[in-house]
Amino acid sequence: MERAKLDFWVGLFVMAGFAALLGLALKVGNMTSFNTAQTYTVQADFDNIGSLKVRAPVKSAGVVVGRVSDIRFDNQNFEATVTLKLDAKYQFPKDTSAAIMTSGLLGEQFVALDPGGDVKNFTTGDKIKITQSAVVLENLISQFLYNKASDAPRTDAAQTPTQGTQP
Amino acid sequence: MKAKQNPISRIGHGVIDGIWRLGVGTRFLMQVLWRSGLSWRRFQLIVREIYASGVLSLIIIVVSGLFVGMVLGLQGYQTLQTYGTEQSLGVLVALSLVRELGPVVAALLFASRAGSAITAEVGLMKTTEQLKAMEMMAVDPIARIIAPRFWGGVISMPLLAAIFSIVGVFGGYLIGVVLIGVDEGAFWSQMQAAVDVREDILNGVIKSVVFGFAITTIALFEGFDALPTAEGISRATTRTVVTSSLAILALDFVLTAFMFKGV
Repeated sequence: MERAKLDFWVGLFVMAGFAALLGLALKVGNMTSFNTAQTYTVQADFDNIGSLKVRAPVKSAGVVVGRVSDIRFDNQNFEATVTLKLDAKYQFPKDTSAAIMTSGLLGEQFVALDPGGDVKNFTTGDKIKITQSAVVLENLISQFLYNKASDAPRTDAAQTPTQGTQP
Repeated sequence: MKAKQNPISRIGHGVIDGIWRLGVGTRFLMQVLWRSGLSWRRFQLIVREIYASGVLSLIIIVVSGLFVGMVLGLQGYQTLQTYGTEQSLGVLVALSLVRELGPVVAALLFASRAGSAITAEVGLMKTTEQLKAMEMMAVDPIARIIAPRFWGGVISMPLLAAIFSIVGVFGGYLIGVVLIGVDEGAFWSQMQAAVDVREDILNGVIKSVVFGFAITTIALFEGFDALPTAEGISRATTRTVVTSSLAILALDFVLTAFMFKGV
């Protein structure tokens, strides 16, 4: 094969390869999101994080504003310390509250931020004071069952006197 | 003499043989790396090999990538639909392609398409004593023949894997969005939210580079080491495909265990 043709095909191949890599990065991986942008971190303590994972999204008003960067167990107060890495584009007041929510019934868990009204904003290393833990399905069901159980004897108790008076 | 050996010494013989072969292969790789200066100075040698192992493998890579992506789209839709989460089809297709199927399947195809060709070529050169003739003319066959093929394969492999992945994603898009009718916005946006550039795409590229090194080393070593007979070449070609396929799958497991342990 003559050299010019060879060069052309190899050039085309290498360009296609790099275009594929670039396409993967931009179209599939969405590099334009804040992977490289400036971030700041805040921490939040939760009683129970459910099945929250590192790299789970942090959302405010449904928009992704950051990611969970670290989850640790705090042996001082026996709570989970979750570190949130937030995009520096988004600033939140100091009395913002955090809650762990689930997207859909079986979906992944994420941290939802509900902004407060403070004039000062979070800076790196701040702690979110108001938190709401993940809803644990077992607890919900057992609560429901307890309620049912406590309802049932009352109807029995209401019925027994009438039964007792009849004979 | 071998038939008289008892089973224990036969096992020992096999182990020593295997380790010896591994050592010779590693020394061979070191020699190739050490003497590849010439091929980088005369870059045209490498360009020719990129054409042979990269450009000529394009068709099989593109067609297989398209079909693998389309099958992922169909199968993934069947399963996701039962949980009502067919919007996640994009995530499923993209993550499985970028993390695993892209590098691994492209590497398997590359081993059977380009690796076997390299082994047969080098083996035939050895059989017809072309390599010896070069040595007689004071041309180093490792620098002139082996090293350009090595670097051609190592450069081609990640590019082919990337092309495989992107064509596969397109195939999944064709089936999922165009044919079945999954919402296009959800398909792309969920994919982009779930796929991380460093965590997923870069790790896939690292995998394909490692596979490229492994395949070309095995292919060149088997060719260089082949018995100089017709039967020897055919055995060496078979060994190349078998050994590099096993090496790809084993390396893939090790790399995956290192890369995705926490996620």
